[in-house]
Amino acid sequence: MRKPKALIFEMGRSGRCGYSLPENDVPEKPVDQLLPESMKRSEPLDLPELSEVEVIRHYTELSTRNFGVDTGFYPLGSCTMKYNPKVNEEVAVLPGFASLHPCQPEETVQGAMELYYNMEQCLNEITGMERFTMQPSAGAHGELTGLMLIQAYHRHRGDYQRNKVLVPITAHGTNPASVTMAGYEVIQVPSDERGNVDLEALKEVVDETTSALMLTNPSTLGLFEEEILDMAKVVHDAGGLLYYDGANMNAIMGYTRPGDMGFDVVHLNLHKTMSAPHGCGGPGSGPVGVKERLVPFLPVPLVEKENDRYYFNYDLPESIGKVQSFYGNFGVVVKAYNYVRMMGAKGLKQASADAVINSNYLATLLQKHYHIPYDRLRKHEFVVSAKPEAKKGAGAADIAKALLDRGFHPPTMYFPLIVDEALMTEPNETESKETLDAYAMAMEEIAKDIEEDAEKVASSPHYTVVGRLDEVRAAKNPVLRWEKE
Amino acid sequence: MGGKHYLPLSDEDRREMLSTIGVDSIEDLFSDIPKEVRLQRELDLPPALSEMEAINHLSALAAKNRNLGECTSFMGAGVYDHFIPSVIKHVTGRSEFYTSYTPYQAEISQGILQAIFEYQTMICQLTGMEVANASMYDGGTAVAEGAIMGCGATRRSKALVSQSVSPFYRAVLSNYFNSRGLELEEIPMKEGKTDFASLEEMVDETVASVILQTPNFFGLIEEMNGVADVVHKHKAVLIVSTDPLSLPLLQPPGDYGADIVVGEGQSLGVPPSFGGPLLGIMAARKKFMRQLPGRISGETVDKDGNRGYVMALQTREQHIRREKATSNICTNEALVALAAAVYMATMGPQGMREVAEQCMQKAAYAREKITALDGYELVYPGYNFKEFAVKVPGKPEELNNALLQKNILGGVDISPFYPELENTMLFATTEKRTCEEIDTLVRELEGWK
Repeated sequence: MRKPKALIFEMGRSGRCGYSLPENDVPEKPVDQLLPESMKRSEPLDLPELSEVEVIRHYTELSTRNFGVDTGFYPLGSCTMKYNPKVNEEVAVLPGFASLHPCQPEETVQGAMELYYNMEQCLNEITGMERFTMQPSAGAHGELTGLMLIQAYHRHRGDYQRNKVLVPITAHGTNPASVTMAGYEVIQVPSDERGNVDLEALKEVVDETTSALMLTNPSTLGLFEEEILDMAKVVHDAGGLLYYDGANMNAIMGYTRPGDMGFDVVHLNLHKTMSAPHGCGGPGSGPVGVKERLVPFLPVPLVEKENDRYYFNYDLPESIGKVQSFYGNFGVVVKAYNYVRMMGAKGLKQASADAVINSNYLATLLQKHYHIPYDRLRKHEFVVSAKPEAKKGAGAADIAKALLDRGFHPPTMYFPLIVDEALMTEPNETESKETLDAYAMAMEEIAKDIEEDAEKVASSPHYTVVGRLDEVRAAKNPVLRWEKE
Repeated sequence: MGGKHYLPLSDEDRREMLSTIGVDSIEDLFSDIPKEVRLQRELDLPPALSEMEAINHLSALAAKNRNLGECTSFMGAGVYDHFIPSVIKHVTGRSEFYTSYTPYQAEISQGILQAIFEYQTMICQLTGMEVANASMYDGGTAVAEGAIMGCGATRRSKALVSQSVSPFYRAVLSNYFNSRGLELEEIPMKEGKTDFASLEEMVDETVASVILQTPNFFGLIEEMNGVADVVHKHKAVLIVSTDPLSLPLLQPPGDYGADIVVGEGQSLGVPPSFGGPLLGIMAARKKFMRQLPGRISGETVDKDGNRGYVMALQTREQHIRREKATSNICTNEALVALAAAVYMATMGPQGMREVAEQCMQKAAYAREKITALDGYELVYPGYNFKEFAVKVPGKPEELNNALLQKNILGGVDISPFYPELENTMLFATTEKRTCEEIDTLVRELEGWK
């Protein structure tokens, strides 16, 4: 299985070329007239020289060394690795979408603006919000945008003392990082024994310096915050706002809405919940929705409709400004819009229902062999604790690597932080019962292997193109680029 | 019900699974949601579409737009109509790439980790920097993150940004700075370029970074030699925003002492897509590597000594460091970075240079022809890369409407960003524009009014 792969810089030969361009057909000027010597590159650019076929073979081989949703089951917790419908890819590259310049006159992009407008209506309804901006390019970008809106809201009211944002200990790492990016101090809120945010602890830290509470509901434990209304009241009574991290929205579409739970600001991850692909880590799209009192602060421009014409509204004097150069990751929004239109209300609700069935079903199967803390209903994901296995010599990472050998992408490891040796598992609605059964079987085998020969599991993976990689070495002695010897 | 073909569970599956779980109905699985917040009605969304109907609907929306393939575009200002070799979409269309997530599991993600490692190397070769990350969202956010990085590296809280830096980027930057309580001052321009004397005057020991752009928003190549000395004298960092496609020709920022290089990578084989997804470039000197935001791919070995790649320096990142992370970025633009890498591999050093030269020659030709017309004036003298600003004899909006009648997407109206520049437009020429197309534009401009 071990297969060495050359770097692109170790391939090709001087004089080869992979491109074909027309001749320059304007009268040429001497380069010196266009660019003085002092502004010119002095050393020739060192890039590989390859023919087209070599380029294709190189990247095709690389692709075979990668695992995607189309390759197999990918229960990466809080990432919602659902199937990415092929038709989405097709419509997104229509020249009428992909070949639009962001500065074209509005008359020439009415279809694109209509799409943005329609999508906004859909997202408003799905979340119970008043308006959405599509500008944020990812979930974390949405978080930052949302915090900026909350900040602008407080500042506009002359309320400058709110310098803290409350973040549960179970929150995604992006939450506290976004809080810092927005210039706030993070106040961590612990969880209670049921896995909920500890309401009493929350009451203790909420005060007149609280700007907002950021919350994922269901949480990263896959548990619905049962006391959400009390939490909302505590925060609102103190003058703070509620921020909804939509990473786990796939659990509740059509069942409940962040807006109805009391949230003032919401971000969605269109590359999770709305089926746009993750693209090896991006591009994503993290639209942000707000309740009415925060609308004036949304980034410019908003898409508005007047009679049958769409236009960009820049006339928002209280707007925070911009968070992306133009209007966000339009290409991703197209895919998500197509998905929402194909699913409809019933389809989205069924997607959430099936995601929750799959999660509870898989948890039930795994419970026979593994410890799953918090014995209650799950939503779309659940967290296995491999602490007992770790004591026997093979912990969460080892189980993950053993799953690689069995053809599965492992769950998210070592998160959330309050579960030791966590394996956060999210089987979404696009997986069949047979796939879940096969995964449960693989996990059972691994549990047995750990009983019999933990070292075998701890030395996994055995059948991948490279063996277990040395991350410590990469951290201690970083080699971050190829260099000519 | 819509989307049945994406939902493999049959009714029988559901019944069996609910029974295994030990509940009677799907509704039971949602009984932990308090009654008061449960939605008691169906979501009010437009009716579900079949695949065929969806294609028809989306195609109809797309057809309401006039795309760049249907007209001749001279629009730039950060996003350009460059030629994209077919190879790229065939690579990014490999579903092992586009349907995967961030390479947390390195052993089954060697494909993207190696591709990103190669991309980082190419960006370093282009910019003359020592390290690069796996991408930021776009040019604007790359500038903002670069400036925040500059503040972190110097422990100072003020940045100076030239007015010749794209106003789109400055808008994002000022928003990020305002939110975080950091201070931003603008360096004035002289003849469309950063006023060096002002820069010299403004930079002092309170300044974290000086942010310049070349080619700047007006397409002008700025004089960069000597800038770094002034900036470094006060222990500030020099941040340069650039168009990577200019660098096969231009002096790489590393040569004139830049510390951090950022920019918009859309020129490298990425469709304009109405302004997104784009590609934020971020590169730096090695000494700043632990301050870099975002993902970085690094080389290591497996337990048998085979070469392999992992996400490196993760202790900078949000999933490990939480509120102490260098940035909150998680999802980035990896697939777009892959596209850019494939573009650079396909074009090679020769092709990259040829594209850059054609852009420059065509801009020079168009600039000369247009500014020779009565009523059209070159706004700023200097050396242009692939675009230039022109004062036109009337309202840009009206001119663009007239050009549209002839199937031409004219220039970008930049007057709103620079009130002192009345009726001023930015015209861009890429390698795609032919002599005939430029001549047609010139004729239409001449005949206007």
